[in-house]
Amino acid sequence: MIALEKVSKWYGKFQVLNDCSTEINKGEVVVVCGPSGSGKSTLIKCVNGLETFQQGEIFVNGTSVGQARTNLSKLRSQVGMVFQHFELFPHLSIIDNLTIAQIKVLKRSKQEAIEKGMQLLERVGLSNQSAKFPSQLSGGQQQRVAIARALAMDPIVMLFDEPTSALDPEMVNEVLDVMVELAAEGMTMMVVTHEMGFARKVANRVVFMDRGSIIEDTTKNEFFGTPRSKRAQQFLSKILSY
Amino acid sequence: MGDFDFDVIRRSLPYLFKGMEYTLGLTFTAMIGGIFFGTLLALARLSAIAPLSLVASGYVNLMRSIPLVLVIFWFYFLVPLVGQWITGAPQPLPIGAEKTALVSFTLFEIAFYCEIIRAGIQSIPQGQIGAAKAVGFTYFQQMRYVILPQAFQNMIPILLSQTIVLFQDTSLVYVISVTDFLGAAAKVAQRDSRLVEMYSFVAVIYFVMSFALSRLVRRLQTNIRIAG
Repeated sequence: MIALEKVSKWYGKFQVLNDCSTEINKGEVVVVCGPSGSGKSTLIKCVNGLETFQQGEIFVNGTSVGQARTNLSKLRSQVGMVFQHFELFPHLSIIDNLTIAQIKVLKRSKQEAIEKGMQLLERVGLSNQSAKFPSQLSGGQQQRVAIARALAMDPIVMLFDEPTSALDPEMVNEVLDVMVELAAEGMTMMVVTHEMGFARKVANRVVFMDRGSIIEDTTKNEFFGTPRSKRAQQFLSKILSY
Repeated sequence: MGDFDFDVIRRSLPYLFKGMEYTLGLTFTAMIGGIFFGTLLALARLSAIAPLSLVASGYVNLMRSIPLVLVIFWFYFLVPLVGQWITGAPQPLPIGAEKTALVSFTLFEIAFYCEIIRAGIQSIPQGQIGAAKAVGFTYFQQMRYVILPQAFQNMIPILLSQTIVLFQDTSLVYVISVTDFLGAAAKVAQRDSRLVEMYSFVAVIYFVMSFALSRLVRRLQTNIRIAG
């Protein structure tokens, strides 16, 4: 479904991504973790072309992301993305947030879009909030709407860029619950997160990054059992000790 | 005080009213044209296509560096000559004072509205652009449905402030003898030798209208701050 082949990126002389290669198969949930500044967010943003890269190739469902003649908007309409800071459209009501891209990009009728939108709001438990505006919702609610907005496009894969990092602790679970459910339904997911509990529960594989490189790319059990690299061991001991 | 005759105002009201109509028409046209083309120019300035942004910023810098009166004169006197040169007509092609005023004000205001709108677009966080891209919007859809609506919401007070300046600036059309509100009052003042009365009246009217509009701006500013 997604294949990254030796992806490298530089900001000036500073290399943020170094020969990153991995693969995400249909129905797989892959968690990308690592210390801050390790390039995980940059990497996931390369997958739908929100960030450019200078070397290597990324294929999404067979389409090369880096090529100039690729229709990026079309590709992005098939790839759902959830951001750290939600990024709902603040000038639109919740239901309009869910319908606008369906109507303008997928050319669905307004009624069809609203039906789909309400269905998804129901699913994330927010159908009674459809007329409100994003600023009237809590962070956790906004993030659930953001997930619903991405799902409204019927994506073939979902990208999550630290979906719970900006949330108050008591709201983390309501978002993770939605994501776990999504994984259980067989959605292909690439998730950048520090939530190791989530990784343990639903990940098929864990990719560990440090300083722009992918250091480990193993099954979940192997990663939480005995990570091979010292760096990953350190990371885990710090993050799991509490 | 006995020498003053304020009744001259009442007597010339219909004529003054016509002048005001022209003033408001010019203000409104230059504002609409300025905002519409200013938006396009702002997008050009922010464009990644280097020649496009270069031409746009060149235009903005040029217009902002010359006095408005000069733009009006330039249009009034030079464009007919250019027209003659292009068409090979035996005589300069006059475009008329009122058209000159409309075109030159619009061209001038485009540059100023452009800068306001550019700042408004740049004030929208990068994350919004990312989100707009991520749902599959093309560049123009990103602008049309996500960036510009938010930018304009924030910009309304500043755009209106610029319009107040524009409203006052329209009085400059007197240099090409167009009869706007001030022009009409000036003509009556000269004819009846009632300079003090007429110019005081004009000042009061300009003040009342500009002040009312700026109060509206103040109110909108507070409202937007509360909503944000």
